[in-house]
Amino acid sequence: MPYRLEIALKPDLFDAEGHGIRQKAKNYFGIELAHVRSIQVITIDADLSAEQLKTVQTDIFTNPVTQISAYDSLQIDFDWTIWVGFRPGVRDNPGSTAVEAVEDILGIKFGPDEAIYTSKRYCLKGSGLTFEAVNMVAGELLANDIIQQWKIFPADEWDPAEGIGMIIPKVILDHTPTVTTIPVHSDATLKKVSDQRGLALNPADIPFIRSYFLSEKVQAERAAKGLSDPTDIELEYISQARSDHCNHNTFRGLFRYKDLVTGETDIVDNLFKTCIEMPTLTLKERKSWVVSVLWDNAGVGRFDDEHYYVITGETHNSPSNMEAYGGAITGIVGVYRDPLGTGLGSKLVMGGYGFCVGPRDYSGSLKPHLHPRRLLDGIIEGVRDGGNKSGIPTTFGQVLFDSGYLGKCLVFVTAVGIMPALVKGRPAEKKRTASKDLVIMCGGRVGKDGIHGVTASSETFSEHTPAGHVQIGDPYTQKKMHDFLLEARDEGLIQFITDNGGGGLSSSVGESARFSNGCEIQLEKIPLKYEGLNQWEIWVSESQERMTVAVRPEDLDRFLELSKMHAVESTVIGQYTDSGKLHVTYDGRTCAYVDMDLLTSGFPQWTFDAQWLTPERRGLFEPVLKEPDDYEILLEDLLSRPNICSKEWITRQYDHEVQGTSVIKPLVGLERDVNSDAAVIRPVLDAQKGLAFAQALLPAYSAIDAYHMTHCTVDEAVRRVVAVGADMEHIGGVDNFCWPNIQYHPQDNPDGKFKAAQLVRSCRALREICMAYEIPLLSGKDSMYVDGHLPGRYGETHKVSALETLQFSTTSVVRDITKCVTLDSKVSGDLVYILGTTRNELGGSEYYAHLGYVGLNVPKVIPDEFVVLYKALGDAIDKEIVASAHGIYRGGLGVHLAMVAMGGNLGMSVDMGRVPAEQIERNDLILFSESAGRFIVTIDPKNRAVFERTFNGLACSCIGVVTDTPEFVIQGIDNRRIMKVSVQNLKAAWKKPFGELI
Amino acid sequence: MIDVKALVLTGYGLNCDYETAYALKLSGAAARRVHINALIDGTVSLKDFQIMVFGGGFSWGDDHGAGVVQAVRMKTNLGEKIMEFIDAGNLVLGICNGFQTLVNLGLLPGFDRDYTQRSVAMTFNDCGNFRDQWVTLKIASTSPCIFTAGLDTLELPVRHGEGKFYADESTIRRLIDEKQVVARYAMPDGRSADLKFPFNPNGSVYDIAGICDPSGRIFGLMPHPEAFNHPTNHPDWTRIKETLKRGGGKGEDSPTVGIRIFKNAVEYIRNK
Repeated sequence: MPYRLEIALKPDLFDAEGHGIRQKAKNYFGIELAHVRSIQVITIDADLSAEQLKTVQTDIFTNPVTQISAYDSLQIDFDWTIWVGFRPGVRDNPGSTAVEAVEDILGIKFGPDEAIYTSKRYCLKGSGLTFEAVNMVAGELLANDIIQQWKIFPADEWDPAEGIGMIIPKVILDHTPTVTTIPVHSDATLKKVSDQRGLALNPADIPFIRSYFLSEKVQAERAAKGLSDPTDIELEYISQARSDHCNHNTFRGLFRYKDLVTGETDIVDNLFKTCIEMPTLTLKERKSWVVSVLWDNAGVGRFDDEHYYVITGETHNSPSNMEAYGGAITGIVGVYRDPLGTGLGSKLVMGGYGFCVGPRDYSGSLKPHLHPRRLLDGIIEGVRDGGNKSGIPTTFGQVLFDSGYLGKCLVFVTAVGIMPALVKGRPAEKKRTASKDLVIMCGGRVGKDGIHGVTASSETFSEHTPAGHVQIGDPYTQKKMHDFLLEARDEGLIQFITDNGGGGLSSSVGESARFSNGCEIQLEKIPLKYEGLNQWEIWVSESQERMTVAVRPEDLDRFLELSKMHAVESTVIGQYTDSGKLHVTYDGRTCAYVDMDLLTSGFPQWTFDAQWLTPERRGLFEPVLKEPDDYEILLEDLLSRPNICSKEWITRQYDHEVQGTSVIKPLVGLERDVNSDAAVIRPVLDAQKGLAFAQALLPAYSAIDAYHMTHCTVDEAVRRVVAVGADMEHIGGVDNFCWPNIQYHPQDNPDGKFKAAQLVRSCRALREICMAYEIPLLSGKDSMYVDGHLPGRYGETHKVSALETLQFSTTSVVRDITKCVTLDSKVSGDLVYILGTTRNELGGSEYYAHLGYVGLNVPKVIPDEFVVLYKALGDAIDKEIVASAHGIYRGGLGVHLAMVAMGGNLGMSVDMGRVPAEQIERNDLILFSESAGRFIVTIDPKNRAVFERTFNGLACSCIGVVTDTPEFVIQGIDNRRIMKVSVQNLKAAWKKPFGELI
Repeated sequence: MIDVKALVLTGYGLNCDYETAYALKLSGAAARRVHINALIDGTVSLKDFQIMVFGGGFSWGDDHGAGVVQAVRMKTNLGEKIMEFIDAGNLVLGICNGFQTLVNLGLLPGFDRDYTQRSVAMTFNDCGNFRDQWVTLKIASTSPCIFTAGLDTLELPVRHGEGKFYADESTIRRLIDEKQVVARYAMPDGRSADLKFPFNPNGSVYDIAGICDPSGRIFGLMPHPEAFNHPTNHPDWTRIKETLKRGGGKGEDSPTVGIRIFKNAVEYIRNK
């Protein structure tokens, strides 16, 4: 018999959650709530005695100091009450920990049919509240109907004896697992099955798949195992492995590029090979610090003689777009498994994020599934819980608003780990499976969650996207597994390790078995969350928090012993072989028998037409603007723009100093509120070395040319780590491409050829700049379908595509952390220098956007000019003659001089006439041009001579001084003072949009 | 000189174990990270240690109240052994999630040396969210706390969502009267924070950031001393360095004030 316990804070205690709901209801929907109290509901679906119920109530679920509770409905006054609970099968993390606690205190074990479920009830008071308003609060604030259900009760219909009722969201499938054989007698038949089952097979792959299963040799081998036509599990395996998400078919495609102006054509065979692999392998030859790239879950670089660092970046866009919290937490927790599954395993030491969403105050007529404001709230919270509960500092992040992301948001998550160079004398970056090694699945159990996540993310989002792929990550289960696996690694028990992410076991076992060249898996051994899953579902389920590990038979006992000590479930599910076959059985019957080399043999390459038209020919031009005269207000307005202004409320929610390694924090300066250029950590606590990390996102430039967008993005990410004192010779990169669909279709994607050309140009630019700056691409990913179909005012739908977006991450080693610098001005009287040349490059700038223009003159990177400057700055920082250093990024010189001043809470007096500039003779253009390659530096005047000598022959000019009076004073090129504003006012403007948020 | 041995709990979602062990090592102790289950199954014995640290983290995901489930597991399986450890005159430190666990175990406040009663609590921050920021702490000079001997004001980071110290009025009065309030959130100049956000980051009653038991040997605090294990952990270190170079001001103490908290513990055991 189930029992329902309601728990609430004592009436006189402040209910912070309730207060937050009140504020959001008012700010988001104008709904006035006088009072909101929240109630935790614990539904215990287990046979417990009265005494046992009392024990768990008092000793676990009720804090005697702060809480009240009852196995009835708590009598809390309301006008309306809302109950919110999970739908069946959605991950209920507190429900699981409740079971652990109850089992522990009572010394019992729950049976397979027993469980604990958590939910919430909210008591709302407010005069004149209508059902519609309450339903709005429920549906738009408290619950997302994809994962949750809710009930609303008005006070006059509430029966305290009945309360919310007894709701048990238990999954009951009542289904006998069945393997289905799929006929392949014609392409049309297979295509139909692919559509019906959501396999998302590429039409071009279908004949190849058929020819494999129809070949006589294959048929004979299969007949010996009792198989004929392909089974559903085999087709699912092929579908997962061939999806764009796993196989990167777009990047490996053939591009027919044509410049429509010059008529020049170019065949680009495989962007990955030519633009990512080529430069990286070339640079690996030159740079001995590059340890392992291009094959594992993450790239590996040397930190010091005894340690390597590991980095990768991912996106989790489609799921976050559907269920922001669940998608984002699954994303960050998921990317943390990549370094854990790299080489023999790494300890996670740092994370980063990039969120791209529609305007937070969007009030247009399109109706995205989640309003951008709500979407962003959920994403922020998901990454917060995922990162904080993993005990990994989130040290850097960016948020970008653009209406192109209304169709689909972007959630970038980046993970950095560290591994010893040697594990029991073995190189830690290497791993392989061997015949007879055992296949072990560790961590969580398998359920229906996440099925077809991979194929769904390879498609454009529509109202029909299956909700089944939405999950909720469980950082607690994963943290236990992380700690366990690192101990197992250090004892030398791990031969191979990889994570179960996209594609589940199908992908992790399939890929790891390539080393030994075969495997035999017994599906019935795999622990399930609930009975009734079909074999193919077990095989491709993306249930989270699982790793696949290869362990030698002689190490099994110790491995399982450690696993038990860490309270982690580990199960032998099969064995690696050298048979050349992927062989899957269920209760002794073969349900998949496929050649290991099938996936690497002869699948047709995807092809794309790419057509480029220059910005001029697309009708872009420079706006006709005359110089403004109210610079104070202009600068304040620019500082208040959503993509420039302070987002401290997000940074503070993220634990950025757990592990005790923090050197340069995300917020710095006298008032600890200005964003640093990069983060630096000391990942090896007793070392003097550090690891710098930064990211850049500049999609606005794609509106002009994705080629220059790419150059500028990489340049910014490089300048960010250079500004804090990182070693220019040691920079590694991670590329994360997020592009709208590039496959041309006359009706559905009429500009597909242009978007394809933007991708080709972006990849070429990436290759060029990586070679010029000598940045190997340690890791990278792509997400190719950033489009959405949104309902409009009249029931019509609109396709909304994002700007072509590249997030670039940089890491570099800092030789001596005590030499790092921050951007805030330090001492009055210090000299202010500009390094680098300002040019007439306002195309795509924040200034133009503010005035409603795009422009044409997009910033251009000149590597030969820039690299020497960056190295000189590195020298100056190394000589400890730099008091502060800051790159000039989005918003230009005006905005970033203000950042330096706001950081130091000191004034500044500077002269635009002394800014190194080329062909630019207007104050607004100098102040707001976004030319790449520039820095602001302040120095102690006594270092002037040696500083200027360091930059001899380079663009370097002293433009003014730091002043004690906190006033920001700018003299124009005509020697007229164009601005005098207090630093306090600038900061107030910069904090205005989101300053009230916590 | 005796060999001081310190134990740092790990497992079940705890996460500050490496840096806490490092801080103890810097303080002269032999520190060992020990899984909660290794203590329960007897692989490791508490008897071999003199300092036990309940560190920060998210034990059991902080579900059902931060530190609650950890306290249940420790009490159910190790209750007597912990009492023996305390009776032997040893030291217990709870940081953040560890502090939350100590109050749920009843080790704090330990009025009348009764180490089983829950009479204070840590609840959700008034600001409604998890928060990472550095705070100024004022140490009560009259407190018997071993860990804070010789300290007056110091800065440390807080990183929590449930750090609001709460108890009824009479309990707060008693904590004050019995000098068990060790650390209070303060303004940067050392004046009382008087509940002002963000100086008091969570709405803690009477600005309480840390308390000890009557003996001063059991100490719990929300801020993280182990996260200030190196001068570069301090948010102002680049400013401090620059000021020093110009010949002004005073540098960061060595070791950092965070490490001094651990050092006090190690020296107490050594001199015992």
